[in-house]
Amino acid sequence: MTIEEVQNEIIDEFSMFEDWEERYQYMIDLGKTLPLIEEQYKTEDNIIKGCQSKVWVHADMVDDKVNFTADSDAIITKGIIAILIRAFSNQHPKDIIEANTDFIDKIGLKEHLSPTRANGLVSMIKQIKMYAIAYQTQLN
Amino acid sequence: MLDVQKIRKDFPILNRKVNGKPLIYFDNAATSQTPQQVIDVIVDYYTNYNANIHRGVHSLSQEATDAYEQARVKIQKHFNAKHSHEIIYTSGTTHGINLIANGFSSLLKKGDEIIVSALEHHSNIVPWQMLCERTGAVLKVIPMNQNGELVLSKFDSLLNENTKLVFVNHISNALGTINPIEYIIEKAHDIGAAVLVDGAQSCPHIKPDVQALDVDFYVCSAHKICGPTGVGMLYGKEEWLNKLPPYQGGGEMIAEVSFEKTTYADLPHKFEAGTPNVCGGIAFGAALDYMNTIGFDNIAAYENELLDYATQQLLQIEGLKIYGTAKQKTSVISFNVGNIHPYDIGTILDKMGIAVRTGHHCAQPIMDFYKIPGTIRASFMFYNTKEEIDVFIASLKKAIMMLS
Repeated sequence: MTIEEVQNEIIDEFSMFEDWEERYQYMIDLGKTLPLIEEQYKTEDNIIKGCQSKVWVHADMVDDKVNFTADSDAIITKGIIAILIRAFSNQHPKDIIEANTDFIDKIGLKEHLSPTRANGLVSMIKQIKMYAIAYQTQLN
Repeated sequence: MLDVQKIRKDFPILNRKVNGKPLIYFDNAATSQTPQQVIDVIVDYYTNYNANIHRGVHSLSQEATDAYEQARVKIQKHFNAKHSHEIIYTSGTTHGINLIANGFSSLLKKGDEIIVSALEHHSNIVPWQMLCERTGAVLKVIPMNQNGELVLSKFDSLLNENTKLVFVNHISNALGTINPIEYIIEKAHDIGAAVLVDGAQSCPHIKPDVQALDVDFYVCSAHKICGPTGVGMLYGKEEWLNKLPPYQGGGEMIAEVSFEKTTYADLPHKFEAGTPNVCGGIAFGAALDYMNTIGFDNIAAYENELLDYATQQLLQIEGLKIYGTAKQKTSVISFNVGNIHPYDIGTILDKMGIAVRTGHHCAQPIMDFYKIPGTIRASFMFYNTKEEIDVFIASLKKAIMMLS
């Protein structure tokens, strides 16, 4: 699936939720169930500096596709990362670089996109794109 | 007695909804809300007499200058300073602290010592570290115990003939502990050290008497005392303020300027370079008027009731731990629930219209002490109610359920 297709799938899923409670419960459950990153990658180097919750992101490339794993000590943040990883992982770096992130708005999480928001969602997306740019240069 | 329903009518913001729910504002230790009486003063200023002060011969400038200087006298009386020129307008507590730290850089030499407490806000640690780097002075820290109280015996042993300045907050922002500043001031003065007290968290709840305390410097911010943001005050004893060099150069702070030499203006203008926050200063005075009309004894009694009620309710929640259990504390409760990240609880509470603070409260050393990433902090003012606490407790339980 392309990034856009995955994003549309996520939008469809979120459209079934009636209120914020269901949306957040879903993200919390995502955060709880997904083992996202191997312990060895939870290093200081991999931390994205958000003000309140810690976020680790690790990337590698297999067969010209970038895979992301990540984790956070806050569960809602972890749920948000789970969604991001689903959208961007296992994709070609060029597609990741060019992908837009409107779907965040469409699934009712726009409030988390504000740069001043302490969860660092903006930094997470930036970090994901930075990895993609780095891998793209390897391919060139 | 305090009529909270009548008081709440003074605060228009308390009627608004957040995420579809009536706002419950428990982030007062960060910024208090502004009553209509103060908002009116701000509107009146910009509607009727906005002008630059002190220099104008025209009527508007005169009116603005009068109101600004009258507010300074209000602040002087509120804190019981001996002279109004001992009140320096600042942009807030942090500005006041930096002004003093900067002033002391010319008075300190290598080997001198500055004592700060373990309960400090970041803004209270960084300026002193910078000062020590510049001067070669040494920073010493008064430790705290598990209850969040300063260990005074350790403080006694830190004092010596090299101690030049002691810096402590009156009330801790992260834990609500009321520090025994009377004792600290007396002991510091015994060895000839000056004392600067950060009153950012105390001024919303108590009315400090700077002469009775015999404190050398006292700083606070208006936005925590029902006033606007961006304005605060520094009280300094006249003799000390005369000793310190100016902080910033600019207009207002000079008496005469030539390219060879500038002579500085008298107090308080020596420390008030540039066009000040005129409206903010006037509104600061109005905020103190408002608080004094309610009365600080009434405020303290009512807020203690809220604190006791909320503490009892919170402690009934399984796995909830309160940080900062000093015998003397104000209406601030810092807590965590089990292993749930404070950020998660804060996010869910916000969805239910409840404003609390989460995180390290700019007091990372305290969080390190307890080995936690942060806390949830609920802080109450005299316009909060027990009914709001009930909704908060029910919402908190729901958040815990969602997150467990």
